[in-house]
Amino acid sequence: MAHAVISEPHATPTWQGITTLKFAWWLFLASEVMFFAGLIAAYIVLRAGSPVWPIVSEVLNVPLVAGNTFILIVSSVTMVQAYAGIQAGNQSQLRNMLLATTALGIIFLGIQAFEWSALLREGETAQSSLFGATFYTLTGFHGLHVTGGVVGLVFVTLKAFRAGYTQAEHGGVELMGLYWHFVDVVWIILFTIVYLI
Amino acid sequence: MGGLIQNASTFGPAIDLMFMVVLVMTSVAFVLVEGLLIYFLIRYRARPGQRAVYVHGSRRLELAWTVGTAFALLSLALYQRPTWAEVKQTLPDESTALVIGLSADQFDWDATYPGADGRLDTADDLVAPPNLLYVPVDRPVIVRLQSKDVLHSFFVPQFRLKQDAVPGITIRVWFQATETGEFEIACAELCGLGHYRMRGLVIVESSEAFEARLAELRPK
Amino acid sequence: MTTHTGTATHVTHDHPAAEKSFIQKYVFSIDHKVIGKQFLFSSLFFFVFGGLLAMLIRTQLAWPWQEIPGVGQFVYGNSGNILAPEAYPALVTMHGTIMIFFFIIPILSGAFGNFLIPLMIGAKDMAFPRLNLLSYWFMVPAFFIMLAGFFVEGGTAAAGWTSYVPLSALPDMVPGSGAGQTLWIVSLTLVGTSSLMGAINYITTVVMLRAKGMHMFRLPMTIWALFITAILVLMATPVLTSALILLFLDRTVGTHFFLPSGGGQVILWQHLFWFYSHPAVYIMILPAMGMASDIISCFARKPLFGYKPMVFSIMAIAGLGFIVWGHHMFQSGMNPVLGTVFMTSTMMIALPSAIKTFNWLATLWGGQLRLTAPMLNALAFVSTFVIGGLSGVFAAATPVDIFIHDTYWIVGHIHYVLFGGSLFGVFAAVQYWFPKMFGRMMSDRWGKVHFVLTFVAFNLVFFPMFILGAYGMPRRIADYTSYNFLAPLQSLNQFMTLSAYVLALSQLVLFGNFFYSLFRGQKAADNPWQANSLEWATSSPPPEHNFHAEPVVYHGPYEYSSPEVAEDWLPQNHALDGAGLKKTPTPAAATGAAAD
Repeated sequence: MAHAVISEPHATPTWQGITTLKFAWWLFLASEVMFFAGLIAAYIVLRAGSPVWPIVSEVLNVPLVAGNTFILIVSSVTMVQAYAGIQAGNQSQLRNMLLATTALGIIFLGIQAFEWSALLREGETAQSSLFGATFYTLTGFHGLHVTGGVVGLVFVTLKAFRAGYTQAEHGGVELMGLYWHFVDVVWIILFTIVYLI
Repeated sequence: MGGLIQNASTFGPAIDLMFMVVLVMTSVAFVLVEGLLIYFLIRYRARPGQRAVYVHGSRRLELAWTVGTAFALLSLALYQRPTWAEVKQTLPDESTALVIGLSADQFDWDATYPGADGRLDTADDLVAPPNLLYVPVDRPVIVRLQSKDVLHSFFVPQFRLKQDAVPGITIRVWFQATETGEFEIACAELCGLGHYRMRGLVIVESSEAFEARLAELRPK
Repeated sequence: MTTHTGTATHVTHDHPAAEKSFIQKYVFSIDHKVIGKQFLFSSLFFFVFGGLLAMLIRTQLAWPWQEIPGVGQFVYGNSGNILAPEAYPALVTMHGTIMIFFFIIPILSGAFGNFLIPLMIGAKDMAFPRLNLLSYWFMVPAFFIMLAGFFVEGGTAAAGWTSYVPLSALPDMVPGSGAGQTLWIVSLTLVGTSSLMGAINYITTVVMLRAKGMHMFRLPMTIWALFITAILVLMATPVLTSALILLFLDRTVGTHFFLPSGGGQVILWQHLFWFYSHPAVYIMILPAMGMASDIISCFARKPLFGYKPMVFSIMAIAGLGFIVWGHHMFQSGMNPVLGTVFMTSTMMIALPSAIKTFNWLATLWGGQLRLTAPMLNALAFVSTFVIGGLSGVFAAATPVDIFIHDTYWIVGHIHYVLFGGSLFGVFAAVQYWFPKMFGRMMSDRWGKVHFVLTFVAFNLVFFPMFILGAYGMPRRIADYTSYNFLAPLQSLNQFMTLSAYVLALSQLVLFGNFFYSLFRGQKAADNPWQANSLEWATSSPPPEHNFHAEPVVYHGPYEYSSPEVAEDWLPQNHALDGAGLKKTPTPAAATGAAAD
């Protein structure tokens, strides 16, 4: 005979302390890592197999983009501060740091666009060389992901300004942060293999 | 393969032997597994009043069949190494071998021979008629395989020879024919609407006949 | 008398559902059961479509360039009622593409994955029901875009389902490499996105939403297989996406990733493509392996032999599956040293499959085999998968591969694992879970008729392919009759084609059984097979939220013929109430009704 038992209050399922949404988010990020892995592997193979490759420091503006890399890293720091803010219940820290992150993200994109236009003016296109093709494809897809991140940041920031997050409930901020850090890490790798090596 | 078609190259028999070894091993596995399957199907059909054996597994059995299978596979892996190395990782001495250029395109095979200067890719190269590859018997031949457009694959079944022709790369393939005769070339990589008719012939002749061929190809 | 009893359960209160419209219930449903059935029906449609393409291929191989009575006018009207040379590569391309991406993967992961995962783990639905809805509806435009290829200039893609460059990259190389190839790329990108959404959902659901007591090592093999498959999908599909994007750019924007004229590398495509497509073949077989394990155990009335080795074997196959891709490229011009590396890993991957085969056999040993239609099909899976796997050993032996690569040996190999393996697995699964899906029974007798016809015809079509391959007959060749070394093979090809017609017609028996039973089949009990897993602990079909009360799980799903239980089965959500002695089965046990 089945015995009726008073139900436990329905908690959000967790595994090792990770919520369902966060778990799924990590899976999504893993798939994104594999996507960039495919592109990066293609780049490495093509470059290693090319008898000639431009001297990167002569074609690309390494100092400018190094500065841009720094900007993106700082934006990850501000993102961390935003999250720390709401973890402590500090709404103004959350809002200000989200604003900063968004602004830095937009600046990053702006400088990337400037870099692209400079390169195009020099006649370096996706069709003109393998260097061009790989450069625009890698930075282009990264840029698309940053753009998506900026769109997300706008939504999260607006919600923060409407007091949509509390100390108890701020999962969206954490997920935004994870995505933003992922985009940052991918950029550090891309910057290294495209600009520095 | 396995004696179904003629073997006319020096490394052909080694490849056929490899096939037979795998055939014997897999046949043993096949008879064992399918035999047991059929036997169990009959022997263990449900009968009223009987109960199945309640057993979840056997560590000993798992170990036994894992180790046994691993051993068989490892042996196979080791056994095949020398043949692969002989065919794909070594080349005859280029100074004594006959070096021929073979270019694949949609949809034929174009062979070129060194001219009087003894080197390929020079102005005096000799060009064979399309889809014909002349070679002397009992002499190592190195084919420098290229493609002009898409992927093709240089497949001579009776030599047990196959190598993809890749645009942008020159790949060296070697063989030594052991019999005279005409041996068909088929393209073994989908290359377009004419893939099915990319048929060629390797014409293996005595050294004298071969030299006579080359003489015919020289400009008068 | 010791019987198993249901003990403490959590009672959830079902809120009366708001009245849903037809569109909400059947078209844009977020119910995993409905979405699973949507995948099922679209997959079955593409099975028929892909099968018809195969019939056209077989007809050409038997009677090259002959006009097919009646059909020829309809299919080849634009080329004088006979097959045009450029259409043959298109046929083989679309047959492969459709069978892989629109039939086998969607039916295994999309249909059965969706339908079964929440039920078998004791959950109400997937973790993300709306993501689930999206994953089906990303497939729908993919269907249309792929089929649109038949109507554009130049026709469909014609560079093989493998889409090797430069043939697929340069529009001039074959007519299908015009618009058709672009449509192919776009369609597959949508399919990949759909798969990824599904994978994220499945993995999360299995980890997060298992019922109380459903520890990972109490999951049925079906779930383990679908779970591991989803991980493969998650990690491999994005690499295909990256390859498709690069190919798209080469074709439309003028880049030269794969084109030597601009510094690109032809073989790079093969590496990227096979890095995904080798795991893809495991995506196509693992779910069938899992389902076969559950079906065999149930109808042998025995615990699955070696449950943990079986689970670890699936993990090993998946893991090793990422490092064997180069075995498709032994003759590609890739460094032969890599050939040896990939040969080694490929030999290794044969091991876990062999272990699984031995465990299936051991599961049968000492059983009380009920040879129902699902069981027969599951056994056919094992027997033909073995042949497929053994034939693969020849290809793994690199010197032998020199000869058999790109010949009909490989076509035989792939069809033994995909048709023999996956498809017999599908036949078993459809007939096994039909009662749960639709609340009615299929005819077991007609299921057996279908099985015998299919099994015999299948072997008559595909086993001779090993002979053709040993003769050196290349793949994707529209007409082999002008080759001296192949002309003698025409009568064998004709025999195979006639067998293929029988094979195709035999599927009418299954479809007839399926659709008739859908409307007029005998009403199904909750647990017509007396099986142990959780989906059988609810009604057939299940209510909207699957279980009236959240199940509690006490043990694994393979407690068949336990000496402590009177019946020869013990559902996962039933515990033993204290130590008891085995008693002879009571008549009540035979009906399949739960003890309480």
